Amino acid sequence: MPMMDLANPTRFVNIVNRALPWLIAVTIILFVLGLFYAMNAPDDYQQGATVKIMFLHVPAAWLGMLGWGLMSVAALGTLVWRHPLADVAGKAAAPIGAAFTFICLVTGSLWGRPTWGTYWVWDARLTSMLVLLLLYFGVLALYWTAEEPGRGARAAAILSLVGAVNLPIIKFSVDWWNTLHQPASVFRMGGSTIDPALLTPLLIMALAFTFLFATLHFAAMRNEILRRRVRSMRLMQAQELAEAT
Amino acid sequence: MNLGPHADFIIAAYAVTLFVVAALVGWVVLDYSAQCRILGDLEERGVTRRSQRKG
Repeated sequence: MPMMDLANPTRFVNIVNRALPWLIAVTIILFVLGLFYAMNAPDDYQQGATVKIMFLHVPAAWLGMLGWGLMSVAALGTLVWRHPLADVAGKAAAPIGAAFTFICLVTGSLWGRPTWGTYWVWDARLTSMLVLLLLYFGVLALYWTAEEPGRGARAAAILSLVGAVNLPIIKFSVDWWNTLHQPASVFRMGGSTIDPALLTPLLIMALAFTFLFATLHFAAMRNEILRRRVRSMRLMQAQELAEAT
Repeated sequence: MNLGPHADFIIAAYAVTLFVVAALVGWVVLDYSAQCRILGDLEERGVTRRSQRKG
């Protein structure tokens, strides 16, 4: 299918209507599989059973960052190419990315207390992740408070691009600074340092969360297209009433 | 399955995640039904989109 077909909102809604049941089914299957493996995974030799929090915390962190990356690409589409679906994609991704970043911070805090002895420490990884959540709140505020949607979209797109600077800071914070947070242990030069018995459920859960993100994002994009359709129909109705009187 | 001495932290992490994911799913589903209802009301009143108008 040509990419231009996806640029048509009506066609996009039709594609989403057809794809959503499949995405939901795959997401549920992956979560059942992932949770089964996660619950039967062995305890870590140091952290004990608290390692089970990793199966939520790590995918949530990845998707919190992926959400912002997606918004940054969408921002380019809004500002440079003025693609009709780019702003829809950015706006739909913001609350979902914020929710995953929130899950990452809360589960990390709950994991930190028994592992480090504290819920929170102002180290580079934790602080940069908190900054990401605040940036998400900033974008949501711009979308929700702008009187004219186009102006809000442009402002949110600019913030999305500026905020993208935070993504490499989050990723490399554990290498650049001396942090309490552990260094990269899944995607690193020389391979993963995690035992396959824990890595397998982690990767399945990451895939499940990624499908959940995609499902929610497509559904939220469809909602946003319908909301814009409602807005344009109301404007036309108001225009017709004004012309009639 | 034995969750050990820190079971409360593990259960709390899974509960928070479940709550947030359920809230996201609820938001998407309720928003969709609300937009469909409003669109249906508008179409019932004869309001159509520009692309659906003839001539």
